[in-house]
Amino acid sequence: MSNSSTVSSTSTWAGGRSPFNVSYGKLMMWIFLLSDAFTFSSLLVGYGAIRFSYAGSTTPWPDPATVFNHFPFAHGLHLPLLFVSLMTLILIISSVTMVLAVEAGQRNSKSEVSKYMFLTVLGGAAFLGCQAWEWSQFIHEGGRLDSNLFGFTDAAHEHAKHLKLFDPVHWTAADKIAGPVPFASLFFIVTGFHGFHVLSGVVINIIIWINVMRGTYERRGHYEMVEKVGLYWHFVDLVWVFVFTFYYLI
Amino acid sequence: MSTSIIKDTHATDSHAHHEHHEPSFLFKYVFSTDHKMISKQFLITGIIMGCFGMGMSLLFRLQLAWPDQAFPILETLLGKWGKDGKIDPNFYMALVTIHGTIMVFYVLTAGLSGTFSNLLIPLQVGARDMASPFMNMLSYWFFFLSSCVLMSSFFAETGPASSGWTVYPPLSALSKAMPGSGLGTTLWLVAIILFIVSALLGGINYITTVLNMRTKGMTMNRLPLTIWAFLLTAILGLLSFPVLLGAGLLLIFDRSFGTSFYLSDIHLNGVGALTNSGGSPVLYQHLFWFLGHPEVYIILMPALGISSEVISTNARKPIFGYTAMVISLIGISFLSFIVWGHHMFITGMNPFLGTMFMYVTLIIAVPSAVKTFNYLATLWRGNIRFTPAMMFAIGLVSFFITGGLTGIYLGNAALDIQMHDSYFVVAHFHLVMGSAAIFGMFAGIYHWFPKMFGKMMNKTLGNLHFWLTFISAYLVFFPMHFMGLAGVPRRYYQFSLIPEFEIWMNVNIFITISAFLGGIAQLLFLYNFFNSIFRGEKATQNPWLSNTLEWSTQVKHIHGNWDGDIPAVYRGPHEYSRPDRELDYFPQHEIGDGEPEHYHAPSTQVDTVFEGKKEKASAVFFSSFAALFMKKA
Repeated sequence: MSNSSTVSSTSTWAGGRSPFNVSYGKLMMWIFLLSDAFTFSSLLVGYGAIRFSYAGSTTPWPDPATVFNHFPFAHGLHLPLLFVSLMTLILIISSVTMVLAVEAGQRNSKSEVSKYMFLTVLGGAAFLGCQAWEWSQFIHEGGRLDSNLFGFTDAAHEHAKHLKLFDPVHWTAADKIAGPVPFASLFFIVTGFHGFHVLSGVVINIIIWINVMRGTYERRGHYEMVEKVGLYWHFVDLVWVFVFTFYYLI
Repeated sequence: MSTSIIKDTHATDSHAHHEHHEPSFLFKYVFSTDHKMISKQFLITGIIMGCFGMGMSLLFRLQLAWPDQAFPILETLLGKWGKDGKIDPNFYMALVTIHGTIMVFYVLTAGLSGTFSNLLIPLQVGARDMASPFMNMLSYWFFFLSSCVLMSSFFAETGPASSGWTVYPPLSALSKAMPGSGLGTTLWLVAIILFIVSALLGGINYITTVLNMRTKGMTMNRLPLTIWAFLLTAILGLLSFPVLLGAGLLLIFDRSFGTSFYLSDIHLNGVGALTNSGGSPVLYQHLFWFLGHPEVYIILMPALGISSEVISTNARKPIFGYTAMVISLIGISFLSFIVWGHHMFITGMNPFLGTMFMYVTLIIAVPSAVKTFNYLATLWRGNIRFTPAMMFAIGLVSFFITGGLTGIYLGNAALDIQMHDSYFVVAHFHLVMGSAAIFGMFAGIYHWFPKMFGKMMNKTLGNLHFWLTFISAYLVFFPMHFMGLAGVPRRYYQFSLIPEFEIWMNVNIFITISAFLGGIAQLLFLYNFFNSIFRGEKATQNPWLSNTLEWSTQVKHIHGNWDGDIPAVYRGPHEYSRPDRELDYFPQHEIGDGEPEHYHAPSTQVDTVFEGKKEKASAVFFSSFAALFMKKA
């Protein structure tokens, strides 16, 4: 190969314009998120298919607003979706702090990155705590993987329709009948799978936070790792928005 | 010097210090992060799994040909499942299931795509290694673990999974439905989830490496067609395997935690009516086939890519219609995501929906025909060298046509009412994706064996292997078309119990004898393969006088692939027999007379180093979903 010419290969990319103008690590994260989006889609599409199969059925799909109407320390009041909205808010605020951490990283400000990473971890942990409360409340009221007590009798349905905010609600055993089984099991699967992602995210964020504090990225000269976990974190939030929309709001 | 370059190329994050030392045996051969070694690991694991898969098919062919005869050897081989020399009916179902699983996932997905994506992507795009060599190693070990879990199900007391490679519920969802539905199906699901993890780790790596690690001058339209095929295959896998993960997750909950996603209104013999309600087994089929159909192309496309390269090199002609080949691959990839319903025509779906699935299915014939005609046009008046690799590549084209034609029958929703679940289907997919893909794999092995092992394979044995395999594959699968048209159903244990099918007994015997012929042919391959690794003739650097970059590396494998700098690329991969050249090939990295020294690609470079000024992707991400949330709330 006497006439073959060579190029310097000290940089990763040597093939002209990079298609996405990103480093390989960030590209990998995007590609992973794309594939994870399909996992969540499969669960949500499955949820949609099963829920639609109950259209016009004698055991209608429970109205989430009458199921998820509790709030800690406000026992017995009708507060539809208030708690889950608070959870959503917490998660979105943790996304804001993550954005701030990434932005601080671009200014190479170690103390600020560390502060915002901590707040993000806190937000994630708070969300998980809320989810634990909601799950225990749901299980307490009769949600199970293989059964569901959230079917309401016609009379109870009629009553629920006229409930206003802060109205006292007292369901008696006579108001409740066995409802569609998949309602409860899908709740556990969909929010559980998302919660598992949040949990992984919190663990990863803690690792990154520790690295930030130990100065790993400062020595490296850039905070790209923060940006990569940021992508993951925003993705998890985005998925929650879909879960919230499809499971609670609709 | 070379080692420091390697480190710099894919380890900007850490490892400031590095010395070149010969890795110990454990890290060189077992926990290797070198893509060439990982590709050999994939290949050899794939070959071993292939032997199991083939062996199983011979066992159940034996049962189909002589259902009433006892073979004492079966009792020795299989123990309680071969009692009195006859295969147990439940074990027969297990054999069919595991044969399908092994061949589809372990041999033709991991064994084919894993081997050649790993070997060729870095070598042909001009990279030192994969984007993340560590993830690449994990990908292999997840695959290995998955293979072990799958094979271990043979040691379960109730036997391996038996509900077909598609593991449809309710057979797979109710652990008491049949013996194999117990521990065997649990192990099957665990194995597949490990496999999906492996496929995702590999796929992310392949895509990133192709997009971001190409050498100077290697623009997308100069990529060899193998790389295009591997890239699109990886994208397909990345987007379809997660859906199987979701389906598997729900199935595991149905099996083990009492949910009813796929179950409703079931009465089980001996148990009575089940309490499960609300689910639908058809939901599983939708989720499964959303993976299942792209999976067919995950299997086939690497083989098509390999055969494009092999045919062009050995016909000493540029591939006919490079751009058309790329576009047809993209077209096939896109279409493969919207045709899954053609596996479910008779599940009671809305006929209108079936019509839609039928139309898009038949449209796949267009890009497939483009590829076929381009192969033929490349061969036309070529200066053909009949190496074993070339024979297998041409064999692939033959199977692709034969099997593809019956695909047009089966894609028809009305005809499918008669032909579904019959031997016609078995014949169709064994030809078009089974035989064609395995021929692509053989073509790849014969062609890149010198690159993998530095030795040549025996040509005479290779040719003999080709002819025996080619003939036996047609003898096995061709008669099945006629059986299927006559209504002989697949997955039946004993046809001698059904008088209508008596007339097919002799055909079954004929098929089984042909299958054994094919099995013997593979022994030739195994001998040739392993013997050549140790005693083969030493390979030269570029034995096929090929253009692509992998032949510019030295025969002995070194970490980092190129001893010095990575060569730059000046032209496409198929410039064979150029009239202005004395030699009939023109390597991609050679500068021709009168060509400028520098390449034409734009010189913008992106470092892995973080660039603060770039637009904040995460901020955009956040604001967009915040907006979405506001609207919905």
